[in-house]
Amino acid sequence: MTLSLSITVNGAPRQIALDDPRTTLLDLLRERMDLTGTKKGCDRGQCGACTVLVDGQRMNACLCLAASLDGAEITTIEGLAQGETLHPVQEAFIVHDGFQCGFCTPGQIMSAVGLIAEGETSGDPERIREGMSGNICRCAAYGGITAAVRDAQARMAASREAAE
Amino acid sequence: MNRFDYLRPATLDEALAAGARPGAMYLAGGTNLLDLMKIGVMAPGTVVDITRLPGLTGIEPLEDGGYRIGALVRNAALARDPGFAAAFPMVAEALLSGASGQIRNAATVAGNLLQRTRCAYFADPASACNRREPGAGCDARGGDSRGAAILGWSEACIATNPSDLAVPLAALDAVVEIAGPAGRREMPLAEFHRLPGATPEIETDLVPGEMITGIRLPARSAAFQANARYLKLRERTSFAFALVSAAAALEITGGTIQAARLALGGVAARPWRAHEAEALLTGQPASSDVFARAAAAAVEGARAAGENAHKIDLAKRIAARVLAQAAQGTPARMPALPASVFAEPEVPAHA
Repeated sequence: MTLSLSITVNGAPRQIALDDPRTTLLDLLRERMDLTGTKKGCDRGQCGACTVLVDGQRMNACLCLAASLDGAEITTIEGLAQGETLHPVQEAFIVHDGFQCGFCTPGQIMSAVGLIAEGETSGDPERIREGMSGNICRCAAYGGITAAVRDAQARMAASREAAE
Repeated sequence: MNRFDYLRPATLDEALAAGARPGAMYLAGGTNLLDLMKIGVMAPGTVVDITRLPGLTGIEPLEDGGYRIGALVRNAALARDPGFAAAFPMVAEALLSGASGQIRNAATVAGNLLQRTRCAYFADPASACNRREPGAGCDARGGDSRGAAILGWSEACIATNPSDLAVPLAALDAVVEIAGPAGRREMPLAEFHRLPGATPEIETDLVPGEMITGIRLPARSAAFQANARYLKLRERTSFAFALVSAAAALEITGGTIQAARLALGGVAARPWRAHEAEALLTGQPASSDVFARAAAAAVEGARAAGENAHKIDLAKRIAARVLAQAAQGTPARMPALPASVFAEPEVPAHA
């Protein structure tokens, strides 16, 4: 039985024919759409490497059944930059050395974008660390990651204020 | 993961009919079901996606001062609802102490109550588990039993219920609203999860096809909002299940406890409501020796099910500590580390 799915990925509407209902969003992105920026770390929702935004909310793509996401808007790491202009979170990860091998990085960045949008950390490093606890980094770049998230959040808040 | 028929009903009646099929399971957030399907612990032949059912996503204040929460409300959404969090701060605190940010955004409150045990032997298809396969035996007994139950366990099963949300809900007399092929009903949350006895495979009061439609908190329970805390002891600072946890809510006037609510988590196959402790606290001063006596009463009858005798002492200490924290008053802002035993905000608890 083929399921028909309408899903928007990084702003582009897509029609997907799903033959296998077991397909997760993670597999859909990587295997069907060649969007391999989102990584499969544990495939069980424990590492956060597959974090994407679903309707603006950060989630583990490995635990989202694609069939259940009919009508959803997905943002992946590939969808963050505007042309050549990096997202403030991406910039901050570079400035603050927020990665070493880079495998967890797309998930870290997407999780940070989601965390900042949730709007509850008020720049407190402890709240940021707690908020990012769903993303693990074997290279232990946590210090840089925390600094990057803190910086990006401050810059984004300042930009918003400047725009108002 | 096994192959399955995927259904996405548009109405509750369609969903209930589909859910009553043999081998059918409901899918909401999927954070537990899909995980267990990936490791072969659960293998429903039919997956009934209930995420589009109308009327199950409300967080509604009721006229009498209580609240009704729709089954499909996401954990994060409930914790962040300002009205709800103000009325039931220890429920919000418990929600935010659970899982990770990503999982909290996806997981639903009803799914949280229905999540399966985290016993390693349940989750290992190669291990003997009476819960997963009636009559197969229990490899946890005589195995790695550090996380096992200390209350309400049986020879057949020593697993615990891992939900944080269920603990303050049990303390606050929450009611579970259920719909099924035979109609609607409701029952106290404190009785919803079954103790294993001789039938550990029967985990809740739901019969096949039934679905939780909502959770209701009575108005009386909102009276505790000024002195309500959840405390969770675990081997990591975050994103880990409780070894033991406790929810306490007090009504204090002039230093005397008028009413108390106390429940323990991580100690049994259901949240453990401590009625004797509550009676002991009522009419007493909010003092540490009163809390110590109440904590001792809360673990009355506790027995080690394996190598977990230390949990009895831990549960007693956590119960006493959460009572003391509740007595100090609900913090104006959710702490940076919800429910954490690391109560010194100046000292970073994370790496």
